[in-house]
Amino acid sequence: MSETKDPDVTIPEQASSSPLSPSTEPLLKVSGLVKHFPIRKGVLQRQVGAVQAVDGLDFDVRPGETLGVVGESGCGKSTMGRLITRLLEPTSGKIEFEGQDITHLGTGRMRPLRRDVQMIFQDPYSSLNPRHTVGTIISAPFKLQNITPEGGVKREVQRLLELVGLNPEHYNRYPHEFSGGQRQRIGIARALALKPKLVVADEPVSALDVSIQAQVVNLLDDLQDELGLTYVIIAHDLSVIRHVSDRIAVMYLGKIVELADRKALYEAPMHPYTKALLSAVPVPDPRSKHKRERILLKGDVPSPISPPTGCRFHTRCWKATEICSTREPALTTLKTGHQVACHHPENAPDQAPESGPASGSASTGDTGKV
Amino acid sequence: MTAPLHDTSAAETAAVDVAADVPAKAIEGRSPWKIAWVRLKRDKVALAGGVVVLFLILVAVFAPLIVSALGHPPNEFHEDKIDPLFGTPIGSWGGMSSDFLLGVEPVNGRDVFSRLVYGARISLLVAFLAALFAVALGTVFGIIAGYFGGWVDAAISRVMDVLLAFPQLLFIIALVSVLPNSLWGFSGSGVRIGALIVVIGFFGWPYVGRIVRGQTLSLREREYVEAARSLGAGRTYILFKELLPNLVAPITVYTTLMIPTNVLSEAALSFLGAGVKPPTASWGQMLSKAKEYYEADPMFMIAPGVAIFVTVLAFNLFGDGVRDALDPKGSR
Repeated sequence: MSETKDPDVTIPEQASSSPLSPSTEPLLKVSGLVKHFPIRKGVLQRQVGAVQAVDGLDFDVRPGETLGVVGESGCGKSTMGRLITRLLEPTSGKIEFEGQDITHLGTGRMRPLRRDVQMIFQDPYSSLNPRHTVGTIISAPFKLQNITPEGGVKREVQRLLELVGLNPEHYNRYPHEFSGGQRQRIGIARALALKPKLVVADEPVSALDVSIQAQVVNLLDDLQDELGLTYVIIAHDLSVIRHVSDRIAVMYLGKIVELADRKALYEAPMHPYTKALLSAVPVPDPRSKHKRERILLKGDVPSPISPPTGCRFHTRCWKATEICSTREPALTTLKTGHQVACHHPENAPDQAPESGPASGSASTGDTGKV
Repeated sequence: MTAPLHDTSAAETAAVDVAADVPAKAIEGRSPWKIAWVRLKRDKVALAGGVVVLFLILVAVFAPLIVSALGHPPNEFHEDKIDPLFGTPIGSWGGMSSDFLLGVEPVNGRDVFSRLVYGARISLLVAFLAALFAVALGTVFGIIAGYFGGWVDAAISRVMDVLLAFPQLLFIIALVSVLPNSLWGFSGSGVRIGALIVVIGFFGWPYVGRIVRGQTLSLREREYVEAARSLGAGRTYILFKELLPNLVAPITVYTTLMIPTNVLSEAALSFLGAGVKPPTASWGQMLSKAKEYYEADPMFMIAPGVAIFVTVLAFNLFGDGVRDALDPKGSR
């Protein structure tokens, strides 16, 4: 369990990175977040290992911004979303919402906070109960939170339906009578019913038709302007993320490898993994096709049950050196404002050669890993 | 689909029509139940089964009225209708006449029609109540096992395995033979009927429990359960408001298919002498008695045999129709 100690070391670094925007208090602050799913075997259900789905995340979400989270399937981004909405119990680490520690709150204690943190789900076919009418689905938040909105529940539900661009007369219809895009709008209406501050959207458009994706993404954008929402949008589609995000976190195998402003990240990716990801985005221009440098990563994502030592990406990285397999790079802030966890960042002087004596804090934190 | 095969494609065309109907009927949504009802109405075979089921229920409920109009009291002896030499009914077809619609019983000369009508009461009462008992137990334990998982699931599942492997017929025969004549204010046949219901229901619940558990296992992973949790819902809300409405369809289907099985169980137990006590009429008991006279008086065997056959067939056809109507794709 040396990883659990790791984050403690990185906390000061996280704090030192916040001078970027010292005036704004983060809405959500995550430090050293870890979620391991135990693997049990045998009659006695002894734990024989753990899926290290999320393994030490540090980031914060500022009010009014959209934080995009990207990564391959299985990198832990959905687990992260379910941890910060407290649908899952973190193994260790700390989640603070508006300064309040919500890491281990129980169902009852968490209930009032549910008003402020809401979630939009991936699959609009599974996120709406087929036996409930749209009215029941959207009014469930009021019922569960014991709130009677102004003008009655029905009026409010119809207002919400209108807000997300649905016919308010469809109050009594069932989910199966709607298309995927409309269903996702119902899910959004439900998430917005309690006027939350933070909305975590777990792949909100990946199950939708491309033409509908744009509609839903734009709806989310408009609602953000209208209601002053803060989003954490989890996706694997880099164009969607680019369209909606202010800042982007790139995850690989349970860790954030790069966290930067959208513009900086897309224009000058620092982490080799980010660079490889970005090179995979299709360019809708045949003439520039030849100029593109396509980086093909070899092999598969390693198993999160026994992740590689050192930098988790070193098994597939073309820049990997000795140090990468022995020492885990900490998420450090570079001059450009990028936070990168890499010994040999792109477009920047190599960290590794000088990392020995110069940045002592990073190396002491890393040795524990090996 | 191009050449309509009437009944077989009825469910499919119903589904298509339902989709086409929706825009015309704006605003009011169609609940899954309404759609199922539309589908069921187009399934002629299932409807026929349903009509027979309804008829049988009415016969059972109004047995005294029917018998007073068309027959003689079920336990009344008519020795004058019996050939004293052979003990068989006088006249052809088991003594059928306008007075005795289905003839008379050998030896005692009781009215077969009346006994058949009263036998329907026992059969259906036992079948329905045992099914309800099994469904109640199965739903509760199944949903608990499926939702909570872990050791709770392991314990309940093992109990179900044990019950499924249990030689229930032998157990019931043994149990009935040691039952006292009166128990908790019931006496005679009342005790026997109660025992039949409890025992058949008790050995039936694991079948329901397994289905409910399996369904719950898959339903609890749906995102709407997570959505409810993210809104602050507790366990009770999730179990009863989110999961149970989605379990009603499989439970309904299983109940309608369980009733005919219970009719057969009751008949089998009565046939073996472990059912209701002799003066009370029951189909299985009539069959049991008829086997002694099947050469001299085959009619006496045909009446209860056909009654059991028709009941089981009607319930099965109806149950299949309900299943198709609620669950046309075998999922959802």
